[in-house]
Amino acid sequence: MDLTGKKVTLHDMSLRDGMHAKQHQLSLEQMVAISTGLDEAGIPLIEVTHGDGLGGASLNYGFPAHTDEEYLNAVVPKMKNAKISALLLPGIGTVDHLKMARDCGVNTIRVATHCTEADVSEQHIGMAAKMEMDTVGFLMMAHMVSPEKVLEQAKLMESYGANCIYCTDSAGYMLPDEVTEKIGLLRAELNANTEIGFHGHHNMGMAIANSLAAMDAGANRIDGSVAGLGAGAGNTPLEVFVAVLDRMQANHGVDLYKIMDVAEDLVVPLMDQPIRVDRDALTLGYAGVYSSFLLFAQRAEAKYGIQARDILVELGRRGTVGGQEDMIEDLALTMAKDKGLI
Amino acid sequence: MSKKLRAVIIGPGNIGTDLLMKMQRSDWIEPVWMVGIDPESEGLKRAESMGIKTSSTGIDGMLDQVIADDIRVAFDATSAYVHAENSRKLNELGVIMVDLTPAAIGPFCVPPVNLKQHASQLEMNVNMVTCGGQATIPMVAAVSQVQDVEYGEIVATVSSRSIGPGTRQNIDEFTRTTAGAVEAVGGADRGKAIIIVNPAEPPLMMRDTIHCLTKEAPDQEAITASVKNMVKEVQKYVPGYKLVNGPIFDGNKVSVFMEVEGLGDFLPKYAGNLDIMTAAGLRTAEMFAEEAHNGTITLPARG
Repeated sequence: MDLTGKKVTLHDMSLRDGMHAKQHQLSLEQMVAISTGLDEAGIPLIEVTHGDGLGGASLNYGFPAHTDEEYLNAVVPKMKNAKISALLLPGIGTVDHLKMARDCGVNTIRVATHCTEADVSEQHIGMAAKMEMDTVGFLMMAHMVSPEKVLEQAKLMESYGANCIYCTDSAGYMLPDEVTEKIGLLRAELNANTEIGFHGHHNMGMAIANSLAAMDAGANRIDGSVAGLGAGAGNTPLEVFVAVLDRMQANHGVDLYKIMDVAEDLVVPLMDQPIRVDRDALTLGYAGVYSSFLLFAQRAEAKYGIQARDILVELGRRGTVGGQEDMIEDLALTMAKDKGLI
Repeated sequence: MSKKLRAVIIGPGNIGTDLLMKMQRSDWIEPVWMVGIDPESEGLKRAESMGIKTSSTGIDGMLDQVIADDIRVAFDATSAYVHAENSRKLNELGVIMVDLTPAAIGPFCVPPVNLKQHASQLEMNVNMVTCGGQATIPMVAAVSQVQDVEYGEIVATVSSRSIGPGTRQNIDEFTRTTAGAVEAVGGADRGKAIIIVNPAEPPLMMRDTIHCLTKEAPDQEAITASVKNMVKEVQKYVPGYKLVNGPIFDGNKVSVFMEVEGLGDFLPKYAGNLDIMTAAGLRTAEMFAEEAHNGTITLPARG
C-alpha cells in the first residue's frame, strides 16, 4: 500500500464518541484540556457533543454532566487552529439544536442516519448546507448493507447538500476488504468534489487496518480518537494512527509526540475502564452490534444476571440499529423472565 | 334515523384506506365519501369498488354534497400543509374534523386520556398527535394520574416500511409534536420524544419505551395498577397494545416497555404505529357519535 504524500484530515472523536465510554460525564475542564492539547498537536477537527449527538441528553442514553451548549461554549473559543464539529441524529436532535450549534461557532455538522434511512436527514443536511456549514452525511452501521446500497443512500445525502459522506463502521464489524470495496465505490461514483470519510471502531482489532484501507480506496477524512476513547473497544487510536501514517509518509499534519502526550497524560487517566477489546467489546464486532450498547449490556448483566455477551448476540440477531438502547433492558428483562431469574 | 354519523375520509393512502376498512365495522360511523387529488389513485378506485362515493378534486369536489349527504365528521389523512384549509371549509359546514396529520390546529386528543372531555365540549377540530404519541402518552398519563411527573420521555421504534415520505421529510415535526403532547396530554412537566427507524426484515413490530421521572419517590403499587388499567383502556380500540415489561422502578425513574401489533386491516400487523392512529381516530369520532346519540352534545344545526 502506498500512501506517500496522501493528504488526510484527521477528526478526533474522544469528546463525542468518548462520551459513551464516560457515560457522558466529561467535565468542562477535561473537554477544554483535551481539545486544547489536540489543537496544539495539529488535529484539525474535533467533535464535541453528547455521545448520541446534539439533543442526546435523555434518560434513554444518559444525561450528560453539561449541556451541549455548555460544552461547545467552553471549547470553541479556546481553539487556535482546530475547528469543532457536532453530530446530529435526526429523530433525536432537531434543526433547533443544529442552529444552536452553529451559533456556538461549530464549523462542521455531521448528520447521522442508519445506512438505509438517509431520507430522514433531508431537512437537517439541507439546513446545514444552507447555512454554509461544512456538512457531512454519516451513514451508520454500514456493514449491514451492500456497497451499492451505501452508495444509493450516500447519493441521497449528497443531493440534500452534504459535501462529505462517511461510511461508518459503528459496530467495528468490517474487515479491510469490505472497507476497500465500500469506500472505493463511493469514491468512484460520488461527485469528484464530495469528500469521503471513514469512521471505525476497534472491536475486532481492525481500526487501524481499516482506516488505512479507507485512505487507500479514496477516503480523505478519517475519524479516530486520542487513546481510542470511544464506544465499545474505542475508535481508531489516533496517536497510533499518526505513527503509522508517519511511517508511511502520508500527509497528516499532526505532531506525533504531542498527540502521544495528550493520550497518555490527559485521556488515559480519566478512563473509567480500560478501553480495550474485552470479550463484550469483541462480541459487538463479531455480532455486528452498535458499539455504544456495550456499557448498557454490562449494566443489564449486573442487574438481571444475563451475560452481556448473550444480550449483545441476541440484539444482533434481531437487527437492532443505533439508538435502540432501550431495547437492552427490555430484552434483559425478557431473558431473565424466561430463565426464571425474576 | 340512524345513530351513525356519516363521514368523509380525506386522503386515499394507506392511512385513509385502513381507516375505511375499520370504519366499515363501526356501529357509530358510516363511511360515505373518500376524497383524493389523483383520479388514478389505487385508494380511490378501491373505495369506489367498496361502494363509497369518491372525488379526485379534493374536498372541493364534495363540499356541495355535505348537507345533502348529511356528512357530520371528516378524517384528514393527508399532510399538515393542506389541513388548515380542509378544516376551515368543513367546519364552516358544521363537520367535525378529526385531524390525523401533524398540523395540530386543534387540541391534542389521546382517547383514554382526554377524548371524553373534547367530545363533551364538541371540539370541532381534534388532532391525533402522532403514532408515537398515541402509543406512549397513555402510559405517561397513567403515571401522572398517580403522582407528579417531572419529566416524561418516550422512545418509539418503528419499522422502516411503516414510515412514509411525509414523516421522513419532516421527522423533527414528529419529535416536537410528540414531546409537546407528552406535556400537554401526558401531564409531564417536561417532555422529550425520540424516534428510531429500523429496517430489519421481516419488519419489526412497533415498540415503545416510556420513561418517567416522578417528583417524589414513586408509589410502585399505585403506578403498576394505573399502568395495567390504562393498557386495558387502550386495548379497547387497539387489541394488540401489549405491555412487554415493566413498570420497573429505579429511584424516581419509572420505565414501561410496550409493543403495538396492528389489526392488519389494510396495513400489515407490524405497522402498529399506523394502526394505532387510525384506531384512535375512529374511536374519537365514535365517542362524538355516542355523546350526540345520548344527547350530551348537540351537533351543529342543519336546515
